[in-house]
Amino acid sequence: MLELLSRPWPWYVAGPLIGLFVPALLVIGNKPLGLSGSLRALCAAAAPGNVEFFKYDWKRSAAWNVAFAVGILLGGVIAATVLGVTSPAISAHARDAIAGLGMGNQVTGLAPASVFSWHALLTLRGATCVLLGGFLVGFGASYAGGCTSGHGITGLASLQLASLIALIAIFAGGLFATFVLMPLIF
Amino acid sequence: MTIAFRSRPQQISAVDSRRVNPPQVRPRSLIPYVVMGTLFGIILVKSEVVSWYRIQEMFRFESFHMYGVLGSAFFTAFISLQVLKRVKLNSRTGEPIALPPKALGRGYRYWIGGSIFGIGWALSGACPGPLFALVGSGITVYLMTAITALLGTWTYGYFRPVLPH
Repeated sequence: MLELLSRPWPWYVAGPLIGLFVPALLVIGNKPLGLSGSLRALCAAAAPGNVEFFKYDWKRSAAWNVAFAVGILLGGVIAATVLGVTSPAISAHARDAIAGLGMGNQVTGLAPASVFSWHALLTLRGATCVLLGGFLVGFGASYAGGCTSGHGITGLASLQLASLIALIAIFAGGLFATFVLMPLIF
Repeated sequence: MTIAFRSRPQQISAVDSRRVNPPQVRPRSLIPYVVMGTLFGIILVKSEVVSWYRIQEMFRFESFHMYGVLGSAFFTAFISLQVLKRVKLNSRTGEPIALPPKALGRGYRYWIGGSIFGIGWALSGACPGPLFALVGSGITVYLMTAITALLGTWTYGYFRPVLPH
C-alpha cells in the first residue's frame, strides 16, 4: 500500500480527490475552497499598514484559510518524508524545450535545482522565477480575487462567468510567459 | 431529510442572535482546516501538480496530466455542488450552504489580474496553495517566493484604490 502511494498519483485519482474538497469545506464550515485569501490574511496580520484592503477582521473571516495553508505545508512535509518526492516523467519535447532555456536537461525533483535553489537566487533565471514569479502570483491572485483553486475549481464549478474570464486570462498569461517572456530573457 | 430540514430555521435564528456579538475564533475550531489542508498538501505533491516541470509541460500542451487533474477536479466539484443544492444540506455551523458569488463588474480585475497571475504561475511554477506545499516538501527557496507573493499582495492592496476593477 505504502509502495503504491509513494508512486506518482495519476490524474484520475488526484483530480476527483481535489474536487471533493469543495463540498467537504462547505459542509465543514461553509468555506469556499481557495487560497489567495490566506495571502491577504497574512498581510493583514503581519503588516496592515494604513491600507484599506487589510483593515478587516481576518481572524474571524480568514483564520480558517491560514490554518488550511499551514496544513498544506505540513502535507508537503509528510508527502516528502513518508511517501517521497517523485521526479515528473515529462515528455521528451518539454524536456528539450526546458533544456533550451538553459535550465538543465535532467529532471530531478519537482523543480529544476539550477533555478530553484538558494545559490541560484541572484542569477537572472533564479531572480525572475523565484522572486518576480512570486510577486506576480501574489499581486495577480489578489487583483483577480482568486487563484487556480478559487477561480479554476470553486468558481468554475459554480458556473461563475468571472472565474471563466479569470481562467482564460491566467492561461493567456502563462502562454505569454512560456513562449515569449522566458525565451526572450533567458 | 425534509423533516430535519424544516426544523432548522429556528436553530439558525438562534445562532444568528448570538452572532450579534460573536465570540473570538477559538484555535480548536481551526483544527479541521489544518487536517484538510494536510490532506490537500499530500495530494498536491504526490500528483506532481506543484511541479514547475508539470506546469511548463501544461503550457506547452505536451501532456494531459494537468488538464486531467484540473478537469476532473472541476467535474467532481460541479457534480458535488449540484447534489448539495438539491439535498439543501446545512453546513456544520448551522448556516445553509452557500458560495459567495464573484461579482463580475466590468471584469477588468479578472482579465488583468488573471494574466498577471498566469505569468507568475508559469515563471515560479507555484500558485498560492502549492507554494506552501513546495516549502514543506523541502525546496526551501520557495520561502522567498512566498515572501515576494506576500509583497505582491501588499502592493496590490496599496494600489487597489487606483486600479481598474
